[in-house]
Amino acid sequence: MNMRVHLDGIGLLGPGLPGWETSRAVLAGREAFHLTPLVLPPAEALPPAERRRVGLPVKLSMAIGFEAVRHAGADARALASVFSSTGGDCDNCHAILEVLASDDRSVSPTRFHNSVHNAPAGYWSIATQSMAPSTSLCAYDATFSAGLLNAASQVVTTGKPCLLLAYDTAYPEPLYSLRPIPHAVGIALLLSPHAGEKTLASLSLSLCADAADTMTEPALEQLRQQVPTARALPLLARIASGEPGRVVIDYLERLALSIEVGA
Amino acid sequence: MLALRLSAYTVVSALGRGCSATLDALRHTRSGLVRKTWETVTLDTCIGEVEGLDDFVLREDLAAFDCRNNRLAQMALESDGFAEAVRAAIARHGASRVGVFLGTSTSGILSSEIAFREPHRAHDTGVWATHDYRRTHNTYSVGDFVRSYFGLEGPAWVASTACSSSAKVFADAQRMMACGLIDAAIVGGVDTLCLTTLYGFNSLQLVSGQACRPYDAARDGISIGEAGAFILVERGELAQPGDILMTGVGESSDAHHMSSPHPEGLGARNAMQAALDMAGLTPADIGYINLHGTATPSNDAAEGKGVAGLFGGQTPCSSTKGHTGHTLGAAGGVEAIVCALALEHGFAPAGAGTTHVDESIPVNYLLENLNLPLRHVLSNSFGFGGSNASLVLSKAEG
Repeated sequence: MNMRVHLDGIGLLGPGLPGWETSRAVLAGREAFHLTPLVLPPAEALPPAERRRVGLPVKLSMAIGFEAVRHAGADARALASVFSSTGGDCDNCHAILEVLASDDRSVSPTRFHNSVHNAPAGYWSIATQSMAPSTSLCAYDATFSAGLLNAASQVVTTGKPCLLLAYDTAYPEPLYSLRPIPHAVGIALLLSPHAGEKTLASLSLSLCADAADTMTEPALEQLRQQVPTARALPLLARIASGEPGRVVIDYLERLALSIEVGA
Repeated sequence: MLALRLSAYTVVSALGRGCSATLDALRHTRSGLVRKTWETVTLDTCIGEVEGLDDFVLREDLAAFDCRNNRLAQMALESDGFAEAVRAAIARHGASRVGVFLGTSTSGILSSEIAFREPHRAHDTGVWATHDYRRTHNTYSVGDFVRSYFGLEGPAWVASTACSSSAKVFADAQRMMACGLIDAAIVGGVDTLCLTTLYGFNSLQLVSGQACRPYDAARDGISIGEAGAFILVERGELAQPGDILMTGVGESSDAHHMSSPHPEGLGARNAMQAALDMAGLTPADIGYINLHGTATPSNDAAEGKGVAGLFGGQTPCSSTKGHTGHTLGAAGGVEAIVCALALEHGFAPAGAGTTHVDESIPVNYLLENLNLPLRHVLSNSFGFGGSNASLVLSKAEG
């Protein structure tokens, strides 16, 4: 069974990947990839009081979300959203665990309300004033494809666009060793039910049991394997190439996501 | 809109194991909340603890998943013949056509809370040598556990939108089924006691010193509970007269504040309206509302405004958090089952714990059970970050 949607905007931030437009040539294999540190813009859309309280996941998801929305010329206020992340705000989680292991278990109220997996979604809705439906999910290493399936199924069944915001960040030690995510990566895709002026590609999604495609460039392939969100890189590479064709990205064990990328 | 049949369901909470224990507590307006300490937590508060988790043993092949959250998951899967119903569905549809979409807020974080107490965090000794982050603490853990328990090969994820998590997964399953990707799904959620939520809600001064009193004039905060709730859903057209259906689900965001609801209950009202619209119903069609009703002063006031604004003041309603405590990411699943039991047995349950309904909230809050034939009921679940979900559940006509 195929789900067909249209891709109207992309947001991308990661090491050596400073935005979708600037990264296209690298992803298409026309320019060399350099693993330079991620540079994040501040979360300008938030009121100053909120801006000071937020961590990396909020800044990252906001940056990629607005990039995709700008690209599509869409109104963020009207968009449903799906936030997918394997660990949510890992720094914040670490800080709470440290306090709970100490003699004084007084958790900061701000840290606690920022600990929910949907905290970036909450800040996004406040920043964009969007009262549209929003969900936040996790599927460990399968998190990106889970989010894409969720967002695409919303577009197909509601006939309305949906913004996928996938992001991953890392825990400090000691959890880092158990869940080593060496780089923060964020990818946003704005999916729409109909093709429009801004449409970059059509995507026909289905489940399959094939092996996932890999990246030719070794450093990008390493990134793909290290960061759940980066499992989407073969899809971005296919779109960056401008050539239609089929791409397979990782989902769960014995279950992958086949995506036919059309003009 | 594709309705979902609730083909099987089960719930384990402080009210006991399984639907019959839950039904009995609802019939007698009995609370499972008890003033007690738990683990190393010394806060003076009432909690809704599930009995028997401390020495519960996971199935041997799933031992790597061992944590309080997955113990409760297995305990629930093995209640009410739920696992047998799932296996029959797998036989009907195939292992790749059954999805798993569950909700949780804190998953098995208790395992990491305990591990962090180790002064030496070397990964080759003590707790850290065996701490399995992926299968316990990570948000997906309970989804992975349930998928592994049944050897399922279909799509899966865990939704984590705080206290609306296990209501929103009904929408996920409905959409995936409408797209033809699955024929059945296990939905619901599991959340268990942990230090993060007990101390976290305490820091926000949202925990009551006594058993919580939703919609009471003297309400002063929540009581935290734990629960596991699972529902097997299949296509609505399979329904026989008397079967329970999910006929509508509505979702919205408050876009207001991270930990306080929209003061006028606007997001809540939008979610309720969207659920009614999907079900093709008007407010007058709803015979009972299971409120989110956490018993914090601001939550109940805001929800009450949303309910009164949409339904007027007549529709019988109550919160069952006075029975179970606030089971957070599991609350949506638990309360969907409360609604299913209400439809099945023809009564609207009164809220436990509440004695003097807040007169400033103009809703028909039940202090005594009301026996009446129910056709359609609504359940509200709202969470931090302004995440709202409402479900309409209906009884298939005879």
